[in-house]
Amino acid sequence: MAEVTVSGVSKSFGADKAVDQVTIHFADGGFYALLGPSGSGKTTLLRMVAGFEFPDAGHITIAGEPVENLEVERREIGMVFQNYALFPNMSVFDNVAFGLAVRGVGRSETKTRVGEALELVQLTGLDRRRPHQLSGGQRQRVALARALVTRPRVLLLDEPLSALDKSLRVEMQVELKRIQRDVAITTLFVTHDQEEALTLSDRVGILNEGRLIQEGPPHEIYERPETAFTARFLGDANLFAGTARAGGIELSDGTRLACAQPLGADGAAVTLAVRREKILLEAADSAAPPQGVNAISARVTRHIFAGSSLTYLVDWGGEGLKVFVQNRTGEVIPEGAEVRLTWSPGDTVVVAP
Amino acid sequence: MTGRRNTLARAGRFYMAAVLLFLYVPIVVMAVMSFNASKLYRLPVDWSFTWYTALAGNDKLISAGLNSVWIAVVTTVIATALGTAASLAFFRYDFRGKRLLQLLLFPPIAIPWLIIGTAMLVFFFWIGVGRGLHAMILGHVALALPYVIVVVTARLRSFDPHLEEAARSLGASPWQVTRRVTLPWIAPGMVAAALFAFAVSFDQFVISYFLSSPGVSTLPVEIYTSIRKGFTPEINAASTIVILVSMALLLGVARFYRFGGER
Repeated sequence: MAEVTVSGVSKSFGADKAVDQVTIHFADGGFYALLGPSGSGKTTLLRMVAGFEFPDAGHITIAGEPVENLEVERREIGMVFQNYALFPNMSVFDNVAFGLAVRGVGRSETKTRVGEALELVQLTGLDRRRPHQLSGGQRQRVALARALVTRPRVLLLDEPLSALDKSLRVEMQVELKRIQRDVAITTLFVTHDQEEALTLSDRVGILNEGRLIQEGPPHEIYERPETAFTARFLGDANLFAGTARAGGIELSDGTRLACAQPLGADGAAVTLAVRREKILLEAADSAAPPQGVNAISARVTRHIFAGSSLTYLVDWGGEGLKVFVQNRTGEVIPEGAEVRLTWSPGDTVVVAP
Repeated sequence: MTGRRNTLARAGRFYMAAVLLFLYVPIVVMAVMSFNASKLYRLPVDWSFTWYTALAGNDKLISAGLNSVWIAVVTTVIATALGTAASLAFFRYDFRGKRLLQLLLFPPIAIPWLIIGTAMLVFFFWIGVGRGLHAMILGHVALALPYVIVVVTARLRSFDPHLEEAARSLGASPWQVTRRVTLPWIAPGMVAAALFAFAVSFDQFVISYFLSSPGVSTLPVEIYTSIRKGFTPEINAASTIVILVSMALLLGVARFYRFGGER
């Protein structure tokens, strides 16, 4: 168990800056998701913590010990790979026992600890199977048991669920969270799946083009994105460009929006993010919205029906916006209908462009 | 449609029969004649072990045979070890000139042995290695290496590099990674490569002919020398033994090395 710090770490591959001046503190026992599109540097960052890559600049510590020049095998980490990387010529038992065997752990202790690890991932009884005789979910569990049996200081997960189908993935998410809590191990989890990151982790770090864009608890990151990138990448928020005016924001068509956050100087350009599920969609002729609520007029161009919910694509002065609506009435607003979008000033978030 | 397919199938079978005929009939004839007591190949065959008995008394052929086996074994061990190490280096690391080195592996397979043999003889004299057992071993290792590297590299192509990373993350030292994870996976390829190396050395004539010193020759060289002096069916007997050994080895290759397939 240990905290991990990454400070001012950079790594280039040729002319390509994979990780650029990243500083993060991973608290002891925390479940941390590194989230970003492909090429954002999240995997390179993880591989530097693991020791497969060495930073060009900056420092990495595990439990206070500087490790940036330490070989992988001396870092006492546990890692689960995207394709699990189970040893094909070994049984489940030998796979899990591998880390103990290379440390010269005795036979009876190995047996006990492998047994405990397999019990932890609920795979008791399968120890004689070969990896090719296991299902995807079972392989995942073996990989996890193998990574945990050596009692590593940090658990590193490189998109471990992406090879599973949807229903199994949800099941494994629950499992992963339970196991992580049981073992209370500092966990770094790389994913490009935002839902997975929000569901599993205590803290999320958003990366883009090698830089750490924002980090914090999932709820905070989602509700208060600091940049347009975060707002769009997490939950694909609607973005508005406007100008700061006393007490509000003026949009390009002259609409005034109220915003609870402090704004810049009068006349400064601002970017606003509004989440699609915070917007209320009403018929254009319904009763006027209460005072102080932001409202704009738009026209429905399309809807996407997903059973329990619908997403409407609406046109607002040539710009496409998205509105998420719970399917409470079973009604569908037809294409071309004039509508009014309203949301509270508190849901108008100012982001850096 | 079916008519055409039948014709094609018949042509295919005919072709295969012809290949087998021209390849194996001379060998079978030779093997049969090695058991024929008649020196003039008279038929019907007069079955006997005369020539094998004669062979047993032919010290020159026997010592050449033992030389051949010794050279082949040493060549196999050295070439397999060096070749596997080279394949692993090609697999694990990117370094300057890697492509060029890999390309340079192939020409020696295509260059006529006569030319390589001449070149080696000249070069070995020049650097003071000279001729003899050690020179033959050196030459055979050089010849066998490209085969070993090609075969082991082919096997490594199906190896997931994440397995080595996984092993390291579990605390395995580079040597433990190689011994416990990588080598078990490429073992079938190494066995096949070793058999290739053995065959390349054991069947080698030209290079051995150039590099052998008087009194130290290999079986193929000795057979050739004997034939020039006048043919005796003892050679048939010796050749039959060589062929049996070679075929056993190559069947071993087929068993262990499924030409790039998964195991």
